[in-house]
Amino acid sequence: MAIEEKRLILKYADQEGYTNDIDCYIKHGGYEALKKGFQMKPEDICQEVLDSGVRGRGGAGFPAGMKWKFLDRKSGKPIYLICNADESEPGTFKDRQIIHKDPHQLIEGMLCSAYAIQAKLAFIYIRGEFFEGYKILERAIEEARAKNFLGDNILGSDYSCDIIVHRGAGAYICGEETGLIESLEGKRANPRIKPPYFPADLGLYQCPTIVNNVETLCDVKHVITMGSKEFANIGTPGNTGTRIWCVSGHVQKPGYYEFPCAGVTLGELIYDVCGGLLPGRKLKAVIPGGSSSKILRADERFKGKKKDGTEFDWGIEDIPMDFDSLSLVGSMSGSGGVIIMDDSTDMVEALANINYFYAHESCGQCTPCREGVPWMKKITSRMCSGGAREEDVDLLKSIADQIEGRTICAFGEAASWPVQSFIAKFKDEFEAKAKEQALLRKQGEDTAKETSLI
Amino acid sequence: MDLKQSTLDKIDQLVPRYPDMRSAALPLCHLVQEDLGYLSNESIEWIAKRLELEPINISEIVTFYPMLKTAAPGRYQVRVCRTLSCALAGAYKTCKQFEEAFDCKVGSTSDDGLVSLEYVECHADCGRAPVVMVGEKEYTGVKTDEANELIEKIKSGTVETE
Repeated sequence: MAIEEKRLILKYADQEGYTNDIDCYIKHGGYEALKKGFQMKPEDICQEVLDSGVRGRGGAGFPAGMKWKFLDRKSGKPIYLICNADESEPGTFKDRQIIHKDPHQLIEGMLCSAYAIQAKLAFIYIRGEFFEGYKILERAIEEARAKNFLGDNILGSDYSCDIIVHRGAGAYICGEETGLIESLEGKRANPRIKPPYFPADLGLYQCPTIVNNVETLCDVKHVITMGSKEFANIGTPGNTGTRIWCVSGHVQKPGYYEFPCAGVTLGELIYDVCGGLLPGRKLKAVIPGGSSSKILRADERFKGKKKDGTEFDWGIEDIPMDFDSLSLVGSMSGSGGVIIMDDSTDMVEALANINYFYAHESCGQCTPCREGVPWMKKITSRMCSGGAREEDVDLLKSIADQIEGRTICAFGEAASWPVQSFIAKFKDEFEAKAKEQALLRKQGEDTAKETSLI
Repeated sequence: MDLKQSTLDKIDQLVPRYPDMRSAALPLCHLVQEDLGYLSNESIEWIAKRLELEPINISEIVTFYPMLKTAAPGRYQVRVCRTLSCALAGAYKTCKQFEEAFDCKVGSTSDDGLVSLEYVECHADCGRAPVVMVGEKEYTGVKTDEANELIEKIKSGTVETE
């Protein structure tokens, strides 16, 4: 029996007849959370968000309420709210659905959040390639303004807040919150060093700033509607609410699927929800949380102890899809981008593809990343074009190990983790490629094979 | 500088919305590029002056962000996503079809100026891979047949770009 989705954020998005204009949104109960929120004290909303346990949906999974708590409210400087809609982690396409199909949910979530942290100006930093999403949001904001949900004296109160939609221009690093802030200030998106530049302290224009992901801000709306208790009942303790899993790669029905945290296992997601693998194929590997997250091998056993002391012994299909479980198996839920690879995939090529991405996207600020990531790309590309050497595996690992932890932002980790995990789990394939090419070379044959991923 | 009145109006509306004028740098680059096709030195200097900045402040972002162009692109800008999910679905093959059909190496503009073909990184629609953008319009599931269809439409000038 197929497992049913439980949609909270995308409840209406794909319903027949549901449109992304404000009238349709209001007809479906829209902006009621805002009205409810405005009856509450801002600090009570912050407490509710903290109590709900909602964790950031953009990658790191940091509790949103805690992030808000760090906000410097004593400086007297203006406070800013930024929605991170730069969605660019390979494999992730959930924010696109929200923006295109239900933009007012995001705007309502943002206004609730802005009111809670007392921000008078908010930004949506949307990736430049979302041409249509940008137009949809611009229109939605004007609709909300016309109905006094946004702008001056919202709903007759003395609270005013405006939202500016700001377009990026194709740089992945803008998804890193301090890089995003630099970009929003009109500069290159070079991330800032923390400390001292924690956005909650010294963010946009050196003012206290909160940066939250699109899905996280939508969750705030639901926390207000349902109350923190009911919200926290979805999922498991520490992993509350729903998550939208974006499944791509070698499955029958790729797409986005929303479940309570831990409400579905990786196996159920692949075989029941996504219709399984392509005919005649076997599962080889899964990248569970966007291309930065560490790869899982299909025949691995994952054993260890959970936070509560109980032991687990999972195959890849048994892994519950939530923040903690994916971190227990040595990876992460990241941004929810689940990339499935079947046995037709050449792992060296797959890593070469990922390395190409990170080499292209390094901002160039820190030497280990600027020099190391293109170096790793060069090696894996060479391996795929017929020049693989036996020592490449060790060289790749040593470069990755020297980048990790030695950069200003987490991009260094994001670029190293795929290399480290691919080599830890598929070392045999990297070595086999070198041996195979060495043999061909000895026989005087061409070592270059046609490639499909690089 | 020969910007359309509508572009100038948009710029005048936009700049005062930001608490700091420099924040309008990227949006202005977009607006000028949309109007003139690319960002020339003259455009860069104009934007800098409009925002009371030095030209280097604009140059440094123009050279940082991949979507900002310093040379005139072809009539159609074809962007093929090559990141993992699209590659797993055959994006490299799709791109080869475009290369052959337009006699245009990826990363360049065809001699007749019809298309600029480039690889881009993940466009966040991986569930419908391979993803190709023509101008501002997104096309999904662009495998062999769909690519051929798109190529015909581009050649006949009937392709939708927004």
